[in-house]
Amino acid sequence: MITITDLHKSYPARGAKDTIVEALKGIDLEVADGEIFGVVGQSGAGKSTLIRCVNLLERPTSGTITVGGQDLTTLSDAELRTARHGIGMVFQHFNLLSSRTVRENVEFGLEITGVSKSERAARSAEILELVGLTDRASAYPSQLSGGQKQRVGIARALAGNPRVLLSDEATSSLDPETTDSILQLLKDLNRKLGLTILLITHEMEVVKKICDSAALIEDGRIVESGNVIDLLNTPGSKIAHALFPLGESNGAPGNTVIEIMYAGHLSDEPIVAKLSREFGIDVNILGAAVEIVSGKRVGRMRLELPGSAASNAVPISRLKDSGLFVEVLEGVSA
Amino acid sequence: MNQDRWDWTAMIPVLTKALADTATMVGIALGFTIVLGLLVGVLLVTTDDNGLFAAPFGSRRFGRGLHAVLGFIVNIGRSLPFIILMVVIIPFTKLLVGTFLGPVAAAVPLTVAAIPFFARLVEIALREVDYGLVEAAKSLGASKRTIIWKVLLAEGRPSIVLGLSTSVISLLNYSAIAGLIGAGGIGDIAIRYGYQRYQEDYLIVTIIILIVIVQAVQLIASGVAKRLSHR
Repeated sequence: MITITDLHKSYPARGAKDTIVEALKGIDLEVADGEIFGVVGQSGAGKSTLIRCVNLLERPTSGTITVGGQDLTTLSDAELRTARHGIGMVFQHFNLLSSRTVRENVEFGLEITGVSKSERAARSAEILELVGLTDRASAYPSQLSGGQKQRVGIARALAGNPRVLLSDEATSSLDPETTDSILQLLKDLNRKLGLTILLITHEMEVVKKICDSAALIEDGRIVESGNVIDLLNTPGSKIAHALFPLGESNGAPGNTVIEIMYAGHLSDEPIVAKLSREFGIDVNILGAAVEIVSGKRVGRMRLELPGSAASNAVPISRLKDSGLFVEVLEGVSA
Repeated sequence: MNQDRWDWTAMIPVLTKALADTATMVGIALGFTIVLGLLVGVLLVTTDDNGLFAAPFGSRRFGRGLHAVLGFIVNIGRSLPFIILMVVIIPFTKLLVGTFLGPVAAAVPLTVAAIPFFARLVEIALREVDYGLVEAAKSLGASKRTIIWKVLLAEGRPSIVLGLSTSVISLLNYSAIAGLIGAGGIGDIAIRYGYQRYQEDYLIVTIIILIVIVQAVQLIASGVAKRLSHR
C-alpha cells in the first residue's frame, strides 16, 4: 500500500544556514495493505520527517514514495492535493480548527473535495458515530478533553474515506488510559474499514498493542524492520528488547545467563519448571516479561543457570530444540 | 461674550455636518483599509519563510524579494507622521479625487496611513495561527486559497477584529488631523471652534463625542472578538 524507496531528506540547520542536516539517509519501507505499521525511534531519529514525507508535507530530497500504486513525488500540485484526499493524517497536537465546531472540523475535508452540504452532514454524522462523539458534534474543540480531540482528528482524517491513515505521534500527548482507548479505536477502524495505518511513535507500548509490523529508525536509517511476532523471535532484535525490557540484573559470576524469547504456541509451556524437573537445575529468573502482542502471548525471559555455559550445553540445546529462541549472554560468566 | 455659549440650535447643525464628514472619510478609508490591509497582511505572512507563497512561481528569490519590498513599504508608511504624509501625498490625492479638500479627498491619506498599520496587525493575527493547522489542512488536500480563507483568516478572525478596532480608532485620530487641511469633520470643529475661537463648549462636546465613539468601537470589537473566539 505504501512503498518508500531510498528516501533521503536534508535541510539547512536552524540558525546555521550553511550546515546541512541529513534527517533521512536512505529509507526503504513497505507497508502492506490493511496492516498497522509502526515506526519507532528516539526523538531526532527522523521518524517525524519520515511520516511527513509520506504525504509530502515535506518534499523528499530524493527517493520515491508510492501510495496505492501512485508515485507521489512526480505529481503536480493539483494531482497531489487529489492524492492527499486518499491519505488521512492525525497529529500529536490534534490541529483542530478552534473556530469550528466538532462537526464543522469533520466536514472540513469534505468541503475541500466539494461534497454537497447534505452529504457532508450525513457523512459527518456517520463518522462521529463511529468514533463515539455524536453527542459532542456542536461543541468547540476547546470544550473537549484530549482524547475527544484526537477522536475528532481521526474522524476528520477519515471523513473522506481514505485508504491510508498516517498517525504522527497521535497518542503522545495523551494519558495512558486515553492512549489505550485511542489505540483501540485505531485498531477497530483498521479491522472494520480495512484501513492501512502507518504510525510513528516513541512509545513501545503502541507497537506492542496494535502494530502488525514495526521498524526501528536510528539516525535517519531503518535498522530493523518486519512483522512484530517475527522480530520477537529474532535473537538480538533491538525492537524485541525494547518491547520487553528486562532491566540490568546479570546474575552471579561463574553462572550462565541466557535469554529466551517465545511467541505463539510455545508460550503456554512451563519452561522454568521443565528445566528444573528434567535437568535438576536451580533456575533463577533474573527478569521476565509476558504480554499479548497481535493477539498472541509473547514473552522474554532472562534466566541464570548455575555453572559455566559449557556445563549447561545440554539443557540449552534442549530448549533450542523445543523451538525457543535462546541467546547465551556473553561476558557475564567471567 | 458668554451669552453665545451652549447655543444648541447653532451647535447641532455644525456638529451633525462634522459627524457626517468624519463618518464619510473614516468610512471610505476603512473600506479600502480592510480590503488592502488584509491583502498586504496575508502577503506579508505567506511570502515569509515556510509560507504558502514562500516561492511564488517556483522562485524563492521572488518570494523573498516580494516579502522584503512589502515590509519596506509598510515600514515607510508607518514611519511618516500622519500630518507629513498627508501633505506629501497631496499631488496623489489630487490625481485620484481631483481635489485635496473635503472628506472624500481626506480619505486618501487616511487610507494610505491606515493600510500599513492594519496590515501589521493582520500579520500579527495570522502569525498567531498555529502552523499545525495549515499542515492539517494541507494533509486534507486543501488549496492555498482554502488555507488562506478557511484556516488563516478564519482562525485569525478574533485578533483581526481587535486589530480593526484599533485601526478605526487610529483613523478617527488621523481624521482630526486631516481637518487641518480642510477635510472637515469632528476634529476640525474642535480645532476651529474650540482652539482658534476659544469656544470651549464646542471643544467639550467634540471631546465627549470622540470618547463615546472610541469606547463604543472598542466595546463592540471586544464583544465580537469574544464571540468569534473559541480557543
